[in-house]
Amino acid sequence: MEQMITCINCPIGCRMTVNVDNGQVVSITGNGCKRGIEYAAQESVAPKRMVTAVVSVTGRKTPVSVKTRTPIPKEKIFDCMAAIENAKIEPPVRMGDVICKNVCDTGVDVIATKTVL
Amino acid sequence: MEHALQPKNVDVLIVGAGPAGLAAAIAAREAGAENLLVLEREPEMGGILKQCIHNGFGLHRFKEELTGPEYAQRDIDRVKELGIEVRCGTTVLEVTADRQVTAISRDRGVQVFRAGAVILAMGCRERPRGALAIPGTRCAGIFSAGTAQKYVNLEGYMPGRRVVILGSGDIGLIMARRMTLQGAKVLACVEIMPYSSGLNRNIVQCLHDYNIPLMLNHTVVDIQGRERLTGVTVAKVDEHRKPIPGTETHFDCDTLLLSVGLIPENELSKQAGVPLSSATQGAVVDDTLQTEIPGIFACGNVLHVHDLVDFVSAESFKAGKAAAEYAAGRKIGSKIAPVADGTGVRGVVPQKIRIPDANSPAEAIQLMFRPACVYENATIRVLDGDTEIYKVKKRILAPGEMADLTLKPETVRALSGEKITVLIDADGEVCAWNK
Amino acid sequence: METEILVIGGGVIGCATARELSAYQAKVTVLERGPDVASGASKANSGIVHAGFDAKPGSAKAHFNVEGSRMYEAYCRSVGAPYTQPGAMVLAFDEEQRAHVEKLYRQGLENGVKGLSVLERDQVLALEPNTNPEVVCALLAATSGLTSPYELTCALADHAAVNGTRFLMDTEVTSITWENDRYRVATSRGEMAADIVINCAGVQSAKLHNQLSEKKYTITPRKGEYYLLDRENKPLFSHTMFQTPSKMGKGVLVSPTVHNSLLLGPSAMDVTDSGDVSTTAEALRLVRDKAMLTWPGENLRSVITTFAGMRAHEQGDDFIVGAIEGLKGAYEAVGIESPGLTAAPAIGKALCEQIVAEKDLKPKAEWLPAPKLPKAFAAMTNEERQHACEENPENGVLVCRCEQVTEAEVRAAIRRPVGARSIDGVKRRTRAGMGRCQGGFCSPRVLEILCEELGVSPTAITKDGGEGYVLAGTLAEIARKEDA
Repeated sequence: MEQMITCINCPIGCRMTVNVDNGQVVSITGNGCKRGIEYAAQESVAPKRMVTAVVSVTGRKTPVSVKTRTPIPKEKIFDCMAAIENAKIEPPVRMGDVICKNVCDTGVDVIATKTVL
Repeated sequence: MEHALQPKNVDVLIVGAGPAGLAAAIAAREAGAENLLVLEREPEMGGILKQCIHNGFGLHRFKEELTGPEYAQRDIDRVKELGIEVRCGTTVLEVTADRQVTAISRDRGVQVFRAGAVILAMGCRERPRGALAIPGTRCAGIFSAGTAQKYVNLEGYMPGRRVVILGSGDIGLIMARRMTLQGAKVLACVEIMPYSSGLNRNIVQCLHDYNIPLMLNHTVVDIQGRERLTGVTVAKVDEHRKPIPGTETHFDCDTLLLSVGLIPENELSKQAGVPLSSATQGAVVDDTLQTEIPGIFACGNVLHVHDLVDFVSAESFKAGKAAAEYAAGRKIGSKIAPVADGTGVRGVVPQKIRIPDANSPAEAIQLMFRPACVYENATIRVLDGDTEIYKVKKRILAPGEMADLTLKPETVRALSGEKITVLIDADGEVCAWNK
Repeated sequence: METEILVIGGGVIGCATARELSAYQAKVTVLERGPDVASGASKANSGIVHAGFDAKPGSAKAHFNVEGSRMYEAYCRSVGAPYTQPGAMVLAFDEEQRAHVEKLYRQGLENGVKGLSVLERDQVLALEPNTNPEVVCALLAATSGLTSPYELTCALADHAAVNGTRFLMDTEVTSITWENDRYRVATSRGEMAADIVINCAGVQSAKLHNQLSEKKYTITPRKGEYYLLDRENKPLFSHTMFQTPSKMGKGVLVSPTVHNSLLLGPSAMDVTDSGDVSTTAEALRLVRDKAMLTWPGENLRSVITTFAGMRAHEQGDDFIVGAIEGLKGAYEAVGIESPGLTAAPAIGKALCEQIVAEKDLKPKAEWLPAPKLPKAFAAMTNEERQHACEENPENGVLVCRCEQVTEAEVRAAIRRPVGARSIDGVKRRTRAGMGRCQGGFCSPRVLEILCEELGVSPTAITKDGGEGYVLAGTLAEIARKEDA
């Protein structure tokens, strides 16, 4: 199966053609560099995304901003958002604190990206 | 209260503690400025990065992808480490050409300073609906994308549930995703130009990922809703960007987000008499980021609107260092070569280059500008008078991505003093569009 | 039993009248169908205090215009509303228009207007160098002034309120009948009774009049659209610059505002829906094109907003002010289009005097002065600002940086007798949100302050009343698809 993928690693945005057979990448053409191949390989078989959001902190007006430590499977984005929303955070929360451990069984933690005292 | 209206001496005074002001402060201190003060009108440092909770910052500078708050924290930590005084909740009311700065805050009232050097780092504001004169009602539910972002990310409130976004700049794209992730329905992103001005990665990750249609060559022609927005009318535009009658479509929505342009916030600069460039809407500066008013420097979005905060920081380091040197009395007089926009180029910064004399060291100089439209396989050329002094071929050049080039020290030393022109040579082809 | 008076309409006319009556022993209530005073034409006009040369001699318009014009400076000062008198010019671009200018000159003299003269081209260009050099001559009216119509209306309302006047917003009068020697007024918020009713209902004033009187009036809503441009370090024009008028009105003008922004407009288009104050591409284009005749260097680069207002044009082309014929205790001001803002002090005074005489109202023992408004922070010197901060540290917190409005001023606007209850209510009283960023920076902070002062949650705050909520809900509420 052939897929067209636009690389997002740099402003050039190479348009690549990826051939996938039975969940395995057969060929990638159109890339301008090595990073493009890595991206296309991942994106065509198991696309992943970083998820960033905010979570309210009890008794604080400003919510704490959070992120997945690394990208998670694209299809789990909304489940991840639901898990984040349900997190109950008490202050103080510090940058790097784990908000949701192993969110939606992805093996990836959601962590705070700022400190709210 | 100290005798407030008695001016206090400061070596370097920086207006703004966003990424530009913070980087400038760090560089000024590292270049030896001891008596340094940063004034910030918000209650916290960090500027616009505080609300940019998405990632994508720092790839060039830190070789890591950080979120906005994380990037800001790096500089905030360093500023604290260096013991630089930052007064938050302090609004600068006036800057004069002789570098007297008046500010006000809750705790200290009116404060007046006399600065050895001033660095303008006020950032930019968003173009409002009114400036586009979009016909229709003036109902609730119309927000500039940045204001909506503030409500969502810093206050935890959603502006609405059914959204149309006008403008495909990065802020609009980021908010398309943000609103969708928070349960709103984003109906379309409407863009008047034939191409998006946002980064490709944002088109993919913010629109394609969520099947949000990008309507190029379209604009909003009417807004409906007596008290709260109920809908907008969108029409196709012709090659002059004028709506084509008969092409109207209607969207039922309760929220319209506008991402239709950023304008450098130069009110203080204008009042000080700092000459501005109409191409960038920011100050005219030389390669040390000094404006045409001696001792007043400008960096970051107030100078020209950037796409990447990494370049804001790099530029602001230069300004901070130069301001510290100016305040310490190390002013270099030298021959100046003006830099002009040639075909295909808009808003070259800096607009002036100092040519070092025989005894002074020559440094590499980075020129930044925006391409006037999208080019594929075009050549950027730099001319000194009529002589070509630099040439580079680029696969892609787009208005949404600031271009830059570096002139080597020996090239700078050899400049004649005639007008330098930066232009794009597209082999006769005028513009190519994104798909 | 104290005389009960209902003023229907909280625009500049209703508030001016209520303010005069507040000096007398009577229970006065102003009924306003919008969310705030100045919800109709009073918030969307040119802000010009006309000299009076334009009105037909002998008409009610001429009478009230000229009297109002004479009263204006002291009137504004007495309530703390802004007023300047830069003067106006009516430009002629050919000899036919010159004849028209001379006619206006004579008409002005006949109306009793002072400070009129005719300037030749060079004199016009010396005073206003940005004017079209094809100008032939101009009428100069030195007494033409500027005010802020909504600031004035709010100040009049406050003055009335501290003297006991009640203001009921979101209260629309649906019918009035005369029953058992009193007026029975049905409103959207219930029924009220009164001894005296005063119809100041603007674009609805004919509809209200026709319920009470055999003689019928007809109001044609006439929409006018404007551009507002940012102020410049050096003003483009100091005078209000008119073109020669047409039968639809005074035409498109180019004028500074009392706060030194620049207005272009208005257009004039008769419409059927009196509540539709949307702007239109056609009318804005017309304004742009016509303004260029006065200002060939027109540059819309610094447009900050556009808006529309609705004139109450009565068929007879004149004001109807006074007692409603054939009725006891019913008074009105019908068809108050331009020069209505200018006429307001005189109309308020006239209606009050008439009511006081006919109903034998006694003055109050004490008529409290209007609440003193502190000088705007934007207009203060640094010494004054320092002093203001020492008195109240909230004077050191800038909420709106475009118009330099402090937190203290925003809170004061909410706490005033007829105080702000919405984002736009704050905007009209303080100018926060009227500048070049149009509230992009300050509206979250204004919203927060409204929540604190009113004790409500953020989702309860509106832009300008009614269903105009700003925020749909918390993130959690929207994510779970709950209603806020």
